[in-house]
Amino acid sequence: MIRKLCTSVLALLIAGDAFADWAVNMPKGVTRLSAETYEIHMVVFWWCVAIAVVVFGAMIWSLINHRKSKGAVPSQFSHSMIAEVIWTTIPVIILLIMAVPSAELMIKLEDTRDPDLTVVITGYQWKWHYAYQGEDVSFYSTLARPSMAARRRNSGIDPSTVENYLLDVDNRLVVPKGAKVRVLLTSNDVIHSWWVPELAMKKDAIPGFMNETWFRAEVSGVYRGQCAELCGMDHGYMPVVVEVVEREAFEVWLENEKGGATPVATASGELK
Amino acid sequence: MSGAIANAHSKHDDHGPVKGWRRWLYATNHKDIGTMYLVFSLVMFFCGGLMALIIRTELFTPGLQFVDPSFFNQMTTMHALIMVFGAVMPAFVGLANWMIPLMIGAPDMALPRMNNWSFWILPVAFSILGSTLFMSGGAPAGGWTMYPPLVLQTGDAFPFLIFSVHLMGLSSIMGAINVIVTIVNMRAPDMTLLKMPMFVWTWLITAYLLLAVMPVLAGAVTMLLTDRFFGTSFFLAAGGGDPVMFQHIFWFFGHPEVYIMILPAFGVVSEIIPTFSRKPLFGHDSMVYAASSIAFLSFIVWAHHMFTVGMPLTGQLFFMFATMLIAVPTGVKVFNWTATMWKGAMTFETPMLFSLSFLFLFTIGGFSGLMLAIVPADIQYHDSYFVVAHFHYVLVPGSIFGVMAAVYYWMPKWTGHYYNERLGKIHFWLSTIFVNVTFFPMHFLGLAGMPRRIPDYATQFADFNSIASAGAIGFGLSQLLFVYIVIQCVRKSGAIASQEVWDKPRGLEWTVPSPAPYHTFETPPEVSPGAAFP
Amino acid sequence: MAVAMFGFGFLLVPIYDAFCEVTGFGGKTANEAATNVAVGADQNREIKLEFVTTVNEYAPWVFRSGVDGMTVHPGGLYEATFIARNLTDSHKVAQAVPSVAPQQAATYFKKLECFCFTTQEFAPGEEKEMPVRFIIDSKIPDYIDTITLSYTFFDTARLTDNSPHTAQPGHKAR
Ligand SMILES: [Cu+2]
Repeated sequence: MIRKLCTSVLALLIAGDAFADWAVNMPKGVTRLSAETYEIHMVVFWWCVAIAVVVFGAMIWSLINHRKSKGAVPSQFSHSMIAEVIWTTIPVIILLIMAVPSAELMIKLEDTRDPDLTVVITGYQWKWHYAYQGEDVSFYSTLARPSMAARRRNSGIDPSTVENYLLDVDNRLVVPKGAKVRVLLTSNDVIHSWWVPELAMKKDAIPGFMNETWFRAEVSGVYRGQCAELCGMDHGYMPVVVEVVEREAFEVWLENEKGGATPVATASGELK
Repeated sequence: MSGAIANAHSKHDDHGPVKGWRRWLYATNHKDIGTMYLVFSLVMFFCGGLMALIIRTELFTPGLQFVDPSFFNQMTTMHALIMVFGAVMPAFVGLANWMIPLMIGAPDMALPRMNNWSFWILPVAFSILGSTLFMSGGAPAGGWTMYPPLVLQTGDAFPFLIFSVHLMGLSSIMGAINVIVTIVNMRAPDMTLLKMPMFVWTWLITAYLLLAVMPVLAGAVTMLLTDRFFGTSFFLAAGGGDPVMFQHIFWFFGHPEVYIMILPAFGVVSEIIPTFSRKPLFGHDSMVYAASSIAFLSFIVWAHHMFTVGMPLTGQLFFMFATMLIAVPTGVKVFNWTATMWKGAMTFETPMLFSLSFLFLFTIGGFSGLMLAIVPADIQYHDSYFVVAHFHYVLVPGSIFGVMAAVYYWMPKWTGHYYNERLGKIHFWLSTIFVNVTFFPMHFLGLAGMPRRIPDYATQFADFNSIASAGAIGFGLSQLLFVYIVIQCVRKSGAIASQEVWDKPRGLEWTVPSPAPYHTFETPPEVSPGAAFP
Repeated sequence: MAVAMFGFGFLLVPIYDAFCEVTGFGGKTANEAATNVAVGADQNREIKLEFVTTVNEYAPWVFRSGVDGMTVHPGGLYEATFIARNLTDSHKVAQAVPSVAPQQAATYFKKLECFCFTTQEFAPGEEKEMPVRFIIDSKIPDYIDTITLSYTFFDTARLTDNSPHTAQPGHKAR
């Protein structure tokens, strides 16, 4: 039965490609590091599959052949030093093989030097605030109105009719293609987490602390993610949308935005 | 006074339980207390399960249909607290109460009055926790991990949450002390430590873990309490504190807690697989060492729950390597179980079926655990449905199937009657199928980018969520069959069980009659030096 | 043993603090004035210093740095100014919380004087200039070329306020 289930799941995996909606795997993403992350994820996954084939294979073999109904006579062995040593050392070796590329990638992920652009991201209950460091550009990014209307309980609006339901915002974070974007993260209230799967980037926004990370998107496009750390009632309603554009288009966009800045301190608009 | 004297004069041999409610309220008999723990845990399992079904019903289709986001968060928080502290842990304490004295040849637990207290605290704790659902601001909704500053936004429920966690911790600590004292002092003569059955061993290790980490949890939540009410700033950046420090302390408790919930299940399957393979457990001693090293390593891996908080590289590397290392002793256990079955003569009664399901599905949970240890990949998996899939694979077909297997295995000894084997098998197949239908699609959801703890989701996640929800409802309904089977067995409607119950099982518990008399091993049993207990 | 572990739970707090202080874990800087820092600017090395300011939970201040950033030499003594204005017509007390990114830089960022060492009191509508004097330890590792110094302004009234609060935008200025 378990095998039957596995085959049906496998069939599902293969058939998965037929439906665009049935995403079953991590996206390869649009940064070099997201591709490497995907790579490591797959390597570890296939190691697990290989180990599973051996271990489950042995179990299933035993289940089929060593059953009393087949007249099996139980042998009474109960230990073997050699076996114990073998199945302690082999896993250690496999683990080392996995650990090395992971460690290398981790070092790259931490390397925030020489950014082309720095963005300060502040998490709020329940929206994001983006400030371009050194530029007079900053704004809030909240759930887009169509989603906002449809998300209400029994709103009568079918979510499938809303474009990018729950994954769309009023103001996107716009960044230039190919630029190293350093991200500084903090929070106004509780802990949030900024996650864009296509950028392989997730980092917590913690009140009173400044977290640092970076990405370099190689492909233009719009990439969507969500807050990943439970942050209260509307945790599910603070999406992240990053738009990667050509450098020239970015410069134009930045010029247009200047002057309209919403500094964090005068957030509410009622303050002045 | 005269009553006491009269009691003292009554014949000791056949003095059974007192009648009525006093038997249970004043219970000191390990079997009675064990039964109460198990019944309590079953009730909690259904309460937590109901909450899970509310969650899954809401998630059946995109859009909000049934509950509001804040109530949804209350459900996820309460579901976790109830399942962890109300269902899984008490179930294992119940099994420990019933079986440890029988397995080591002791007349009772060492500290029967404390045993009574540690049980009766639990209903109080969970009544308090449950009552928070009706308070202004609702039940706690900040997740069972209680991260500040979010948890400090809890309404009136906040102090009650902390108090109930204190009580749960107190109950666990007393239970753990009892287990340790019993095992250390009350073994039958000649039962050396290394002769102890695996279930007793894993519980001994678990009890030490409990003793070491439950007070740490109590400390952490006490600090939350003083931060909220007494002006301290342990976790508030404004007063010089650090919210991330709570996560460190919480997971210093939380990771060993994971093993508290799984080690006794390891013990259970280590009893069952040999019985139904008709072969001794392979590598008994290395199993003991593996369990001990898992317990030790569990103290130095806590920060793998926090790879996205911004830790220095060296810290991340350390916690990644330490976490990967846990795969080694865990692997040893799985290999040893496989070797136990190898060249055995297996039969497939319900306890064995649940143990086999445990073996396969816990291993799948282990694989996803290994994947989660890899920091760069974990950055993608963290707080996504992949994590939800992972820990439900180790907790449902892991811990809970372990409990189910144990109940089927020992129930004939408890009641003196077999359960209905055909229904047991049906229950097994339904549970195993639905558990996979429920939790396997969650891997895909997480990888595709669905965060956990959200009441509503983008439309591309709709299909797998529907499948998972359907599976969850199926799983929930299948458990009603379990209740029916247990009631049937307790009402003695099945065949009468022999003293040995199964085909030549090993262990002292099979040397007492079925049902096990109210008092057993009032004189310690003889353990012949050559007896193979494992 | 249980009691000991309960105590150990609390002991973890100072252990963690000491650990952070030594390693700069969490980007925390010392909350006392540094003494005995070797002064003597290393003219051959330049580090870009950036300032970031935030207010927490819509605390009623306008808070900004005097300059966006500066270039510094390790070992040199520098001063930067931050400016805050109380937006309410009541007396307010603020606590500034510093944080340094990257975290590895935190232990090398030595403050000789900082407005974050104590709370800051503001009369209604008062604007204040607040200095921080610091040295970046010349032992700072070579690979660090940019340091971000961030201050978050907290309203200390929040600390003693027991009521559950979700962040509410808009402390109305009366
Ligand atoms: Cu959030």
